[in-house]
Amino acid sequence: MKQDLPPILELKGLVKSFGALQVLKGIDFSVQPGELAFIIGPSGSGKSTLLRCCNRLEEPDGGSVTVDGIDITAPGVDINRLRQKIGMVFQSFNLYPHMTALGNVTLALRKVQGMDKATADAKGRAALERVGLTDKADAYPNQLSGGQQQRVGIARSLALEPLIVLFDEPTSALDPELVGGVLKVMRELRESGMTMVVVSHEMAFARAAADRVVFMDQGQIVEQGPPEEVFGNPKHARLREFLATLADRH
Amino acid sequence: MNPVVNVPPTMSTLDRFLFSFFNPDIAGRYWKAIAEGFVTTTWLGVTVIITGLVVGLALAVARAQHVKPLNFCIIVFADVFRALPPLVIIIILFFAFPYIEMAMSAFTATWLSLSLVLAAFAEEIFWAGILAVPKGQWEAARSTGMSRLETLQHVVLPQAVRMTVPPLTNRVMAITKGTALGSVVALHEILNVSSSASSESGNATPLLVGACAYLILFIPFVWFGRWIETRFAWKR
Ligand SMILES: Nc1ncnc2c1ncn2[C@@H]1O[C@H](COP(=O)(O)OP(=O)(O)OP(=O)(O)O)[C@@H](O)[C@H]1O
Ligand SMILES: [Mg+2]
Repeated sequence: MKQDLPPILELKGLVKSFGALQVLKGIDFSVQPGELAFIIGPSGSGKSTLLRCCNRLEEPDGGSVTVDGIDITAPGVDINRLRQKIGMVFQSFNLYPHMTALGNVTLALRKVQGMDKATADAKGRAALERVGLTDKADAYPNQLSGGQQQRVGIARSLALEPLIVLFDEPTSALDPELVGGVLKVMRELRESGMTMVVVSHEMAFARAAADRVVFMDQGQIVEQGPPEEVFGNPKHARLREFLATLADRH
Repeated sequence: MNPVVNVPPTMSTLDRFLFSFFNPDIAGRYWKAIAEGFVTTTWLGVTVIITGLVVGLALAVARAQHVKPLNFCIIVFADVFRALPPLVIIIILFFAFPYIEMAMSAFTATWLSLSLVLAAFAEEIFWAGILAVPKGQWEAARSTGMSRLETLQHVVLPQAVRMTVPPLTNRVMAITKGTALGSVVALHEILNVSSSASSESGNATPLLVGACAYLILFIPFVWFGRWIETRFAWKR
């Protein structure tokens, strides 16, 4: 992680409401190149909304979202071009069921970047290799396990050579025995220097791989720091309660 | 004229039946006219299907752009033309439009009427298919930088169209059979030709030939619908 460089992602005073419900209440948050920021918090605290504002799947109501120095909420920005640099991995994978794994991974390369099929396929295969699925290039999503589908989802983001990848509970929909494979890929990605923001309940992964753990509650960042601090010495009562409920569950 | 009047009185019941329904002389006399009706019905059906489906799809795609005033117009169009009986539209186009200097041929009136009705139903069916594609598909595609139209074209429509094949096939069949309504404006399609032949000859055979012509036309259609359903079905 490079502390001295400008941040890859920077949120300033981010505000978002759904109707009368204010879900994000002025979030300031930045992520350095190569950093893995890990977001935790109770259900409904606004974690998904925060991630989705980072590529404008949700339109923020106020504040700014800057990616690699460009304010993506500014009027007139080419959001489709910017989104290619912001990968997103979904809890429910969201693979295209009518396309093979390779088709999923190369679609944006072919249709948005206008790459010819041979070049796109080569890039797509390289991305599938990074997630350990070289041999599944021609399989359709329904022929893959949940873990494999999620790794295709990761490859789909990686093929576009993003500056940052956002993960929204990437392992929550998986059977326990399939979680490890996905976390291993994420771990390797982190070691290759990718900047990542991960919303997840995999606390063991956070301890092992996160540079920083961010605790959100009721639309605010309540506490953040290195994993050993946040988990070992939580300062806020709400964080202590949250960690206690997690411990009860396991 | 009652078609049975010409039956010679001395015939047995079976012979009377065969004479009236399977009369080779009569069939020989009228098959050419019915074949011409067959060509008209086929041509009408094909143009209705193409126009109706293309317009219906275009309207559904337009509706997916979420432009409020435009969507209002599309919804009004779909509701009106699904509610009106096609026969009423044919009669209005053929008999009322000449008063506003927009006279059209029987073929055009029938084609336009059925195309509008098919377009209205097809739009609703395609739209339902688009809505049935999970939101996550849009989000995944948009997050890779694809525009709304690109997403629709490459991700959403291929899935939506597969889902709409069964209801669409049924609707297309039902509306294409409406080509027979052209007979009320004297269009020389199968039904009109064979029923005039039947009254002219006082024999039911032309009607039976007409029915066979419909079978020849629509049975492959039924098979095509079944084939396309299995072809496009895929497991999730
Ligand atoms: N599209 C929406 N329309 C209305 N309300 C929404 C919408 N999306 C989210 N919300 C509400 O915003 C709040 C925050 O939701 P969000 O999904 O960001 O929480 P979360 O922290 O990701 O929760 P979880 O851990 O359950 O995924 C919730 O109260 C939710 O009901
Ligand atoms: Mg969430």
